[in-house]
Amino acid sequence: MHRRSLLALALAALATPAMADWTDTLQAARGQTVYWNAWGGDQRTNDFIRWVGQQTEERFGVEVVHVKLTDTAEAVTRVLSEKSAGRTEGGSVDLIWINGPNFLSMKEQDLLHGPFAGDLPNARFLDLSEGAPAALDFTTPVDGMESAWRLARFVFIRDADRVPEPPVDMAGFVDWAAANPGRMTHPDPANFMGATFLKQALLELAPDPRALKAPVTDAAYAAQTAPLWDWYDALRPNLWRGGEAFPENESVQQQLLADGEIDIAMSFDPAAAAAQVEQGLLPETARVFVPDAGSIGNVSFVAIPFNAANREGAEVVADFLLAPETQARMQNIEVLGSFSVLDPERLDAEAQARFEALPTAPALPTLAELGPTLPEPHASWMTRLTEDWADRHTR
Amino acid sequence: MSLAARFLPALILTAILLPIGAGLWQTALAAAGHLPAIGAQGPDLAAWAALWDRPGLGRAVWLSLFTGIGATLLSFLLALASAMAITRKGRGGRLLAPLLAMPHAALAIGLAFVMAPSGWIARAVAPVLGWDRPPDIASIGDPFGLSLIAGLTVKEFPFLLLMMLTACAQIPLRRHLRAGRALGASEARLWLAIILPQIWPLMRLPVLVVLAYSMSVVDVALILGPSNPPTLAVLLARDYADPDLTRLMSGSAGSLLQLALVGAAAGAGLLIRRPVARLGGAWVHAGAPAPGAGIALRALRGAACVAMTLGFGAMVALVIWSLAWRWAFPDLVPQELSLRIWARSVQGWAAPLANTLIMAGASTALALLAAIAWLESETRSNRRLPWAEAAIFVPLLLPQIGFLFGVNTAALRAGLSPGMWLVIWGHAIFVFPYTMIALADPWRAVDPRHFRAGAALGAGPWRRLFALRLPILLRPILTAAAIGIAVSVAQYLPTLFLGAGRTPSLTTEAVTLAASSDRRVTAVVATIQAALPLMGFAAAFVIPAILHRNRRDLRGA
Repeated sequence: MHRRSLLALALAALATPAMADWTDTLQAARGQTVYWNAWGGDQRTNDFIRWVGQQTEERFGVEVVHVKLTDTAEAVTRVLSEKSAGRTEGGSVDLIWINGPNFLSMKEQDLLHGPFAGDLPNARFLDLSEGAPAALDFTTPVDGMESAWRLARFVFIRDADRVPEPPVDMAGFVDWAAANPGRMTHPDPANFMGATFLKQALLELAPDPRALKAPVTDAAYAAQTAPLWDWYDALRPNLWRGGEAFPENESVQQQLLADGEIDIAMSFDPAAAAAQVEQGLLPETARVFVPDAGSIGNVSFVAIPFNAANREGAEVVADFLLAPETQARMQNIEVLGSFSVLDPERLDAEAQARFEALPTAPALPTLAELGPTLPEPHASWMTRLTEDWADRHTR
Repeated sequence: MSLAARFLPALILTAILLPIGAGLWQTALAAAGHLPAIGAQGPDLAAWAALWDRPGLGRAVWLSLFTGIGATLLSFLLALASAMAITRKGRGGRLLAPLLAMPHAALAIGLAFVMAPSGWIARAVAPVLGWDRPPDIASIGDPFGLSLIAGLTVKEFPFLLLMMLTACAQIPLRRHLRAGRALGASEARLWLAIILPQIWPLMRLPVLVVLAYSMSVVDVALILGPSNPPTLAVLLARDYADPDLTRLMSGSAGSLLQLALVGAAAGAGLLIRRPVARLGGAWVHAGAPAPGAGIALRALRGAACVAMTLGFGAMVALVIWSLAWRWAFPDLVPQELSLRIWARSVQGWAAPLANTLIMAGASTALALLAAIAWLESETRSNRRLPWAEAAIFVPLLLPQIGFLFGVNTAALRAGLSPGMWLVIWGHAIFVFPYTMIALADPWRAVDPRHFRAGAALGAGPWRRLFALRLPILLRPILTAAAIGIAVSVAQYLPTLFLGAGRTPSLTTEAVTLAASSDRRVTAVVATIQAALPLMGFAAAFVIPAILHRNRRDLRGA
């Protein structure tokens, strides 16, 4: 028996204050129920969240209830209405799947608990140095107020039978739509996927893409978006329903693709096509593609509201999401197919082997096929772009 | 007892009107620019200015008026044409029950399956027209809201028809029709000149309820309505879910606008009675000529048949989609049927099903108790309270989007956590008026000699209630319960806003899933959602038949 050496090890571990805090956190978390507010539009993500809850309950005694949102802003509003009612503790939201403008909004309104993300034990597998992807959210510094959990890449989905040669850049969509009128569309830009479609075009068409990294100004906006709107005006008349109506989100758009109403859809999940083929939703010929110059990528985070009733439990869940084992399962195409946020260089051999052993599928792109990852513009650009689009194109 | 009898109605009314009043107050505060949580101290007009600047606001307002009034008018006309046919033939009314029981969201989801460019209708004509892919036609979500009007009409005309048949039973319909026919008047003239003026006072409230609902509905409009811009109610629901938190204030201002719109439309509907009565009088004096009315009636009856067919088609489509594996255009039936989706999604719908059962059971029980208490106190004090009876219907006449966000804030201020209890309270507020509609007339119609006989035999008021009245009224009580369950199951906004998302019901789940990529899972949830109220109505039919199998006069029709 090595009881003594184990004890010594435990004491050594406890000697660092962070670990001692974490032991306290684990203790406080036991028996808590974490209300995780997360977008509920994707069955595989919902299944994955359920699996996470089963694991945390088994390992740490932390139950997870998935509060399914149609839009993340619902949870932001909920926390806000609690703050406005003076409820500074015992709030109803413990953990939120968040990024971009929602994060910026909560951070600016002091609606978040933290910083906590850097203190999570599994944060040691992340590259959190300044400017690293897991430390920036739409160019806004995370500052430990949210913790990364999955990587998103913007991709297009096509039916290879109907779209044998997809456009190689955003400009090419104008010609494709002219040759195939009514056969493509994009989600309403009020939805993040519709906004991302515009941002993807903006990154390619802006005269000076570097300007997009800074908060938007009137002058910069006018200069950088002028080519975008020319491009869009050429594209729109040939969109589905003459560019007068748009699907609410990318799920509805994928349903249109499955119904054969359109031939091109979009997703933030490179495994989306493979997953939907496997579920019988899309034909075997569905494939993903990205523009040759690459596509927008961003990191999904989880954040804890300032008044969360089960803060410790929420931290335990956030930490569990970063465990190499969890991340490898998440990247498995048969489970979720979302790329890991961990820094491969910080993983030990055993963890690396887990990632290397993951299965592949014909509709699943390789990393090489996905091309380079383009950074998100500053969140203020997205807000401005969405509002401007609504002004221009709402009847 | 007389003291309790006096205070019970006041207590019930407080439970109904207090949250609504508090909700309206919070909404008004936010609309006036006072929302301290985001640092807005108001009062100012910023919220109204922001609302005014919303792209598409004018069109959204126009859409709400057009679809709301259009659906109400069309439903009323279809109900009238059907009522004429049903009262003449004396059958056909039974077909209404499934459509009445069907929750709005489930019906809308089913209708979307039927009417979409890739839906059943398009698939049926695809071989004829040579379509190998769905046409690019806006047959749902069209910019004018016509598909929304169609969807609302399919659901609302059976309700108005039921109310109309009830109203017809309260006037000497047969005698008037016989007399009129003997004078050689056409059916259309008889109904317009003689029957309609008599039943209108009884139809006013149901029509206003349908109007308020149709103008401000969110779930059906999300599924079938236009999107760019949507109707005002959907625009506001989006505001309440926007990352830009100042939108909460412009949304609140919009809620007040929605209230004003419904008020204006209802007011216009009531005021128009006067000129109509005057013109109608002149028209009757002129011999009530009704050229073309016969053709119009036949067209309306045809439209009612189409609406019924669409409704039943929607139900069947739901069930088939829930059993499909892959069902590509233009196949009329799926390539492969399977129970996999039912099995796979069970973990997704088990908890919402349990929540729905709890909400429906508890809110219906509360509402029934309140209705029985209300009517019994009326019986014992032997007086009716017309104003109080009107106030019961306030929740049905106000647009829900107008006050529910405020109710949530008010509840938090009062230290109540959003969650199951608040949702049950919210549901009960909307269930109670319907249980009163279902129970009040049968209650008052029971032959008082039963109770005099009971009293003569020494039975006190409680024994008369439990041993005589309630057993006699078993069938109407169960019918009221079934209606209550149907109303509760269908609630969308109250479940969403008062439950803080922690109490997903089959309805909130179905509406969320309607915007997801897997129609099969949506169909499973919507099928279960539609099955629950149907089972309630079936139980209300079967239980008295069994319990009263040896009591001929209590078995009822």
